[in-house]
Amino acid sequence: MARPYLLLSPAILSLALLMVAPVVFVLIYSFWLRTAEGLDVPAFQFGNWVNFFTDGFYWRALASTFKTALITTVICILLGYPTAYFLARAQIRNRGLLLFLMFLPFWVSYIIRTMSWINVLGKNGFVNAVLVGSGLIDEPMKLLYNDFSVIMGLVYFMLPYMIINVYVSLDGIDRNLESAARVLGCTPWQSFREVTLPLSLPGLGAGSLLCFVLAAGSYVTPRLLGGTDTLFFPDLIYEAIISQLDWPFGAVLSIVMLLALGLVIAVYNRFMNLSDVYRSFAR
Amino acid sequence: MSAAAPRANSRPPREGAFGWALLRLCSIAVYIFMFAPIVVVILLAFNSSRSGAFPMEGFSLQWFGKLFANDSIVEAFKTSLILAATSSALATVIGVMAALALVRYDFRGKEGIQTFLSLPLLMPEVVMGVALLMFLKFLSMPRSFAVLLLGHTVLSLPYVVLLVQARLVGLRSSYEEAAWTLGANRIQTFFEVTLPLISPAIVGGFLFAATLSFDNITATLFWKKPGIETVPTKIFAMLRTSVSPEINALGAVMIVITILLPLIGGYMVRRFAKAR
Repeated sequence: MARPYLLLSPAILSLALLMVAPVVFVLIYSFWLRTAEGLDVPAFQFGNWVNFFTDGFYWRALASTFKTALITTVICILLGYPTAYFLARAQIRNRGLLLFLMFLPFWVSYIIRTMSWINVLGKNGFVNAVLVGSGLIDEPMKLLYNDFSVIMGLVYFMLPYMIINVYVSLDGIDRNLESAARVLGCTPWQSFREVTLPLSLPGLGAGSLLCFVLAAGSYVTPRLLGGTDTLFFPDLIYEAIISQLDWPFGAVLSIVMLLALGLVIAVYNRFMNLSDVYRSFAR
Repeated sequence: MSAAAPRANSRPPREGAFGWALLRLCSIAVYIFMFAPIVVVILLAFNSSRSGAFPMEGFSLQWFGKLFANDSIVEAFKTSLILAATSSALATVIGVMAALALVRYDFRGKEGIQTFLSLPLLMPEVVMGVALLMFLKFLSMPRSFAVLLLGHTVLSLPYVVLLVQARLVGLRSSYEEAAWTLGANRIQTFFEVTLPLISPAIVGGFLFAATLSFDNITATLFWKKPGIETVPTKIFAMLRTSVSPEINALGAVMIVITILLPLIGGYMVRRFAKAR
């Protein structure tokens, strides 16, 4: 009877030792004292937390991170839903091939995909080369190293997640329900609004949560594509830990990040089913 | 927008047609959006210009030559490959065991364990990176290859579990029961019956884990020992200055590899499936 537990123990142990224990330790570390000499001393004091709560800079960073993640998610919905609908419902011969192509960018290295936007949007990038070359504009536009390019990079990274989640949920809808709505006098738009859209909400929800959480937690995209005034929370964590070596404060920022995203996930789980999100990874 | 396709003839042709035209346009735009940047990288890799950007000045293979002569990049490739192979092997062994337990047995706390094993999927990688780094420092363990190995294993473990689980659900246990009835013990049954049957799932899980490890950058930046570089962190470091034609060549090489790998993987899985 102990067999399933025996089979599970390596997985549980490795997560407990390499993820849970470390996160608990970060929480403990956030109360440690950083001395003037730059040493971290075990203590239980709230100095680091007070520093965080009284400095508006970090709140602005958190707000700007969530705003960017939200815009990314909305764009992913606006571009992803119609595309997923087309892939699921259009009478096309090469559906399999088109789906395969949508999966392909997943496999291309993340850093290369992110970097490629420098080639597209840069001063001598593709867009400016085309626009200047065709005489539409005289001077290259400043498209790179601002919030716009960060959002482009994040949408590029997240869009396939959205499309696949919505596609799978559209594909799972019993088509007879849509036919029934039409037979009973719905216009195509009504049948979509009243039947198809509500039934595809689990996929749309899962895709949106993934977009938001992964975008808000990303470090490399804002770092490579953002400008000097781009405020991104994970970047602040990296700076605190690796550059300034202020680990107690880095620990505070990490816990805040975890709690803020945990709150988003908890709210989501209140209305939708989190296991849909997990399952979507197995496809 | 339209409802079921078979009824296409009965709907007023104009409004439906307009909706579909819009949908088609949006989809085409999305596909262009997805592939244009990749094409631009490959294009620029063959550009003879020194700047690594437009305009295209001529066709050249010199950047590929420079790339393979660059020892630090070759070194990073080796590190990444070894890391991907070892961490995904470890994750596959641990993950397949867990998936078997979750699919084949009913036991108390199953739901909770399932959720627990999926936790890292939504965990911000930066926090994951910080946490393990601090914890190891606390245990007085220096950053090393072993840290990267263990870290990458944990990062890809939930994917392997979910992937293998999804495949196992479709596999009936009657084959295993037949083997037991015919006198095979549990271990024999596993190696003679179960393992061959789930080998496509295992290969799939392994390849996915290897890709995740090869691709990982954020957590790796926290865990790597100074001086050790994987391919993504090496590219990241090179990008600090600017995009050079060499990086475009490296990008092109990686695009080709990463597109070929799943193709080969998919082909092999199909071969395995046919051979059964």
